[in-house]
Amino acid sequence: MDLSLAHRFEGAATVVEVGGEIDVYTAPKLREEIISLVESGHYRLVLDMEDVEFLDSTGLGVLVGGLKRVRAHDGALHLVCTQERILKIFRITGLTKVFPIHATVAAAVQAME
Amino acid sequence: MSTVELRFTAVPAHVRTARLVVVSLGRRLGVDEELLDEVRLAVGEAAARAVRRHQASCPTATVLVRMIASEDRFVVEVADCAAVPGGSSSEVDPLDVLADHASKGLEDDDALPAGLDLAVIGGLVDDLSVHEAPDGSTVVMTWPLPGNRPPVVGAAQASG
Repeated sequence: MDLSLAHRFEGAATVVEVGGEIDVYTAPKLREEIISLVESGHYRLVLDMEDVEFLDSTGLGVLVGGLKRVRAHDGALHLVCTQERILKIFRITGLTKVFPIHATVAAAVQAME
Repeated sequence: MSTVELRFTAVPAHVRTARLVVVSLGRRLGVDEELLDEVRLAVGEAAARAVRRHQASCPTATVLVRMIASEDRFVVEVADCAAVPGGSSSEVDPLDVLADHASKGLEDDDALPAGLDLAVIGGLVDDLSVHEAPDGSTVVMTWPLPGNRPPVVGAAQASG
């Protein structure tokens, strides 16, 4: 399955629904989406990863890059994820300490207020 | 003992092909579903690493994935033929570098720390070895097959 992306605005946050597989092949598409949002002035991003089926270290690199881009504008990047198989790579790489990870989009959006 | 080999052109799209083939075989061999998630991620990292190395050194050469099933083990080898350093002997921990990248506003945005792929594989696979040679490297990952695992101590004792 390829990567699917859609975004909407909720309160102060821009919620990006990410679905499918984020790997060395599809990660550039996610990077373009994040860059495009930041360039159009959206610095408070919530990435909803509940429909993500696969995430590798290339994808993590894009998330880290996104975090740095929004922080350059005093923004924030929060994640929504409850899937153990996706959370595992965040734990292995120590990025659970870097990204706020929420169980629901509502909680993530609230944290952005 | 049976063997399956897959050769693919070193392009990112085929990293997924490699994941699908290995996971499909692993499932057929009876690898636990939970363990298959680790197989999928580890093989994906190893294949992506091989593709990156080939693109830097020998873009027209194919990457080899060899799957060997024996009675009690499922071995997956990912071999590249890139004459570039592997990053496995780096003195700095790539995970520290990654966290550092994330916390500082470094300019080289999405650049991944060298060796992050191997660090992730190392975090997933208990039985891992990386063989480095002047003309390439091979990542060897081994998983147990069900029915032949070492018995859990005490599990077979009667409870009364």
